[in-house]
Amino acid sequence: MSEVATTWAKQPDTKPKQPSRLKVSEAVIRFAGNSQDGIQAIGGFLARLAGRSEQEVMTFMTIPATISGGASIFQVRIGSGEVLSAGDECDVLVAFYQHSYESHINSLKKGGIVLYDAEHVDPKPEWQQDYNHVGVPISSLTIEAIGGTAKDKGKNLFALGLVAKMFELNTTKLEKLITERFAGKDTSVVTTALNAFHAGYGYTLGELMETFQFMESHRAAGDQVVMNGNEALAYGLLAAGVRFGAAYPITPWSEVMEILRRELPKYGGTFVQCEDEIAAVSMAMGASYAGRVAVTGSSGPGISLKSESISWGVMAEVPLVIVDVQRGGPSTGLPTSVEQSDLNIACYGGHGDAPRVVVAPANVEDCFYTAIEAVNIARTFSVPVIVLSDQSIATRIEALPEPKIQKICQDLTPNLRPVADHKPYDLSSPDGIPEHHAPGTRILSGKYPILTGLEHDEYGHPTASPKLHAAMTAKRRRKLQELSSSLPTPRVYGPEEGDILLVGWGSTVGPIREAVDRYLAAGDKVSSIHIRHLNPLPPGLDIIFGNFRQVLVIEMNDEGLYGYGQLAALLRARFMDKRLRSITKTDGLTWKVKEIRERVKPFLSDFARRR
Amino acid sequence: MTPIVTEAPTTQAPTLPAPSRTGGTFTVVNRPGEERKALTKKEIAADHPTWCPGCGDFSVLALYFKLIEKRRLFQEQFVSIAGIGCSSRFPYFVQAHGVHYIHGRALPFATGISLTRPDLHVFVFGGDGDAFSIGGNHFTHAARKNVKLTYVVMDNFVYGLTKKQTSPTSPLGFKSKTDMWGAMDQPINPMKQALAAGATFVARTTHSNPNHVLAMMEAAMDHDGFGFIECLSECVEFYEGAFDASNPRKGGQFVEVPKDHNVADEIAAYRLADQPFPGYFGVFYKNGRPTKNANEAKIIADQRAKVGGLKDWEILKKSFDRMK
Repeated sequence: MSEVATTWAKQPDTKPKQPSRLKVSEAVIRFAGNSQDGIQAIGGFLARLAGRSEQEVMTFMTIPATISGGASIFQVRIGSGEVLSAGDECDVLVAFYQHSYESHINSLKKGGIVLYDAEHVDPKPEWQQDYNHVGVPISSLTIEAIGGTAKDKGKNLFALGLVAKMFELNTTKLEKLITERFAGKDTSVVTTALNAFHAGYGYTLGELMETFQFMESHRAAGDQVVMNGNEALAYGLLAAGVRFGAAYPITPWSEVMEILRRELPKYGGTFVQCEDEIAAVSMAMGASYAGRVAVTGSSGPGISLKSESISWGVMAEVPLVIVDVQRGGPSTGLPTSVEQSDLNIACYGGHGDAPRVVVAPANVEDCFYTAIEAVNIARTFSVPVIVLSDQSIATRIEALPEPKIQKICQDLTPNLRPVADHKPYDLSSPDGIPEHHAPGTRILSGKYPILTGLEHDEYGHPTASPKLHAAMTAKRRRKLQELSSSLPTPRVYGPEEGDILLVGWGSTVGPIREAVDRYLAAGDKVSSIHIRHLNPLPPGLDIIFGNFRQVLVIEMNDEGLYGYGQLAALLRARFMDKRLRSITKTDGLTWKVKEIRERVKPFLSDFARRR
Repeated sequence: MTPIVTEAPTTQAPTLPAPSRTGGTFTVVNRPGEERKALTKKEIAADHPTWCPGCGDFSVLALYFKLIEKRRLFQEQFVSIAGIGCSSRFPYFVQAHGVHYIHGRALPFATGISLTRPDLHVFVFGGDGDAFSIGGNHFTHAARKNVKLTYVVMDNFVYGLTKKQTSPTSPLGFKSKTDMWGAMDQPINPMKQALAAGATFVARTTHSNPNHVLAMMEAAMDHDGFGFIECLSECVEFYEGAFDASNPRKGGQFVEVPKDHNVADEIAAYRLADQPFPGYFGVFYKNGRPTKNANEAKIIADQRAKVGGLKDWEILKKSFDRMK
C-alpha cells in the first residue's frame, strides 16, 4: 500500500511548500497519451465536475480508428464565463509519452505548463525556455499507490489528481464522480481508483510556481447536465416520443444506437440492429408508416446505402428521422475525424426530385432540441428529415442547462379513430401537407390508402398521368416551401451590418463566434450567422447578406471544382450573390479561432486598404 | 398543418408490443351496435390486376380474398406489403391498408410494422427476384429473427416485369434475354434457403391447386412466427409451361408431403427439398421457437418492471440526474 495515499488521507493539508495562487477565468488542459490510457475518462471527470460547479465546459478529443493503441488526446476547456470552443491553445499539457510531448508541445501557449511523466518523457532543452516543465514520475508513483505493473491502468487517475491539485478543484465532488463511475463494480476497484487519485493529489508539485483557482461563475444557478452530442441526440429522440429505431453499427453513429437499444425498452420501445443499412432504414420506415415516427442513423457510407429508401419516403410521404453523424469521407475516409462533407448527399442524395428536410445541430445542447424538432417536422410534413451531426459534436462533452423534461416530453401514440374517408395524397390541400392515417384505422368509405413509390393518384394507386405527376411533384415541393416560410430567420451575432459576415453551420458555431468576439474587441466590423435549417433554408438570409460587404461561408469540406464549399455553393445557387465567398479546410480537425482569423485576414485587410 | 393526434382516439395502438398472437384475433373496430359481415370479394377487391391473362398470380390474389373472407378479417386488422415486381403489385389490388415499397426490401419494412403493431397481421407478397436476389439478405435475417408475419413468394423462375431476364430460381439452361446461351448459375432452392436461415414455418404450394394454396396460407397465418410459403406461379408470357410437371391437368403430378413426414424434423425437410422438380407440396417444416416479437416484448416487460410505474418523462429525468 502506498505511503503517499496514506499520507494524503491523514494530513490532507500538510504541504511543505505553498506555491502562489492565481485566479483564472478559464483554462484549457490537454491530456495526450495512448488510447488505452483512459484519457477520455479523465476528460469526462473534469467535464462533469465543471457541470456540477455551474461552470461552462467544452471538450475536444481525437481517438485513433484502431481498436487499441495509437495516440489519443482529450482537451478540456473549463471557464467561468461563456465557453464557445474547445480552445486553440492549451494552458496545461499533460504528456504521458515522448510522442505525446513532441507532437503536442506546439498546442501549448508560450509560458504554459507541460506536466510530463518523467519516466517516459525526455524534455528537450530548446523547449525549456518557452514552457514551464514539470516532471513527475507518474508511472512509478501510480504503481506505488495502487500496485500492479506499468501496463495497468490508474495513471489517468493519478494525473487527474495532479490537475486537481494544480487547479484547486473540488476533491469531494471529484471523489464522488469517481465513485459513481465505478459503482456496480467490486468495491476494491473504487478504492484503487481513489487511491491513485489521492496519490496524484498528494504529490508535491515542487517545480510548479503557482496553482490556479477558477473565478466564481456568474451564470444563474440551475442544474446542469453533462453529456456528449451522441447522448444528447439519443435522449432528445426519447423525449420527442420516438419508440422505435433500427440501424447498423458505424463509427461515430454507433453510440446513439447503443444508447437507444439500452433505453428504449424502458419506455416500451424497441431498437433493432439490422443486417445492413438498407434493412435499417426500411424497418424504421415501416415502423413510421405503422404510426409513430421512427429513427435510423448512420455515418456517410451508410447514408449512401439508405438513399433509395429516403427517396421512397419523399415519394410515399412517410415521416422518418435519419441521423447522419458525419465523418471524413468519401468512402471509409477518416472514420474518427470530423468533416462537413455530407451536406450535398443530405440535401440532394437520391434519385428523382426528392425534396427532404435537413437540419444541423450547432452544439451538444442543440442536439437534444434538434432531435425533437426533426421528429416534429417529419410528422407534421410527412417527410424524411435528416439530422446532420458530426464527429466533433458527437464525441465532445458539454455542460448544458437541464431541459424541462416534463414539459418537453411528447407522446406520439397514433390515433386510430375511424375516419369517414381518407386520401393519403389529397391534392386539394393548399399547402400540400398530407394527413397520415396509420394501418389499423378503419375507413368508413371502404376506400383504403396505398402508400407507394410509384407516382400515384390521391388514393395512392399508380398512374402515369402527366398531369398527376406534375401536380404530385409540385405538392411534395410545396409543403417544404410552406415549412421554409415558417422557419425563424437566423439571428446575427454581432452588429447587423458591417464589412464581413461569417456564415457557419453545424459544429463550427463556437470558433466562428469566438473569432467574431475578437474582431469586435479589436474594432473590426465582422459579424456571423449560424444556419441550422439547411434544406429548406430559412427566409430573410438575403436581407442579412445585403447588410455586409462580404459574406464568407466557413465550413469543413473541400472547395470543390469551382472554388466553393458545399454550403457556399448551395447559397450561391440560391442567392446568386457575388459577395458570397468560401473558406474551407479538409484536415479532419475542427476550426481553430486562429485559423479562421488567418483565412479571413486577406478580406479584412482589403477593406482596410479601401477605407 | 394537422398534428397526428387531434383528439382521444377510440382505439389506440398499444404502447407495448404484446406477446404475439396467432392470426384472426386482432382488434376489430365496430360502430356501436354494428354487426359486421365478413368482407366479400367485391368489398376487398380494388384495381383490376395489371397481370397478363392466365398469370398464376391471379390465383394467389383470389385465395387471399378467400382467406380474408373465411377468417373474417377486416381492414383494420391487417396490412399487405410488397416490394417490386409483377407479383409485388399485389397491394394495389386489395382494398385495404397496403404499401408498395422498394425492390427487395419489403421484409424489413414489414418487420418494422410487425414489431410495433401487434394488433395487425402483416402479409408480405413478392416474387423470386425480390426474395432471393436483391432482397436475399433480408430473407435470411427476417427468417433468423423469426419475425411474426406471413410471406408468400410467387415464384415464376423468371423476371417478368422487366420482360424475361434470368431469375435466381431459373433452372440451369433456361434461355433468357440475359442468358441467351442458357442460365449457368446454380438456381437457389427456396426451401433449403428458408430452412438454413432458420425459418420456423416452411411450406410449398402451386397456383394450380387453389385449395392447397388456401390451406397453406391459413396454416402460415396461424403460425406464430415467420411463415414462409413458396407458391409456384406461372408466368404465361415469359416462361410458359414451367410448372406443367406439377399440374395434373397438364399431365403432371401434384405430390403432397408424405403423411408420415415429421414437420419438426429439419433434416427430413431438407430431404424433401432435395427432390428434383416438381418435388413435394405442403408444410416441410415447423418450429415453435419464440418470435422476435415475443423476445422483444419480454425485454420490454422486464425493463418496464425495473423502472416501476414511472412515467416516460420521469424515466428520462432519472437518466439526466445521473448525468449531473
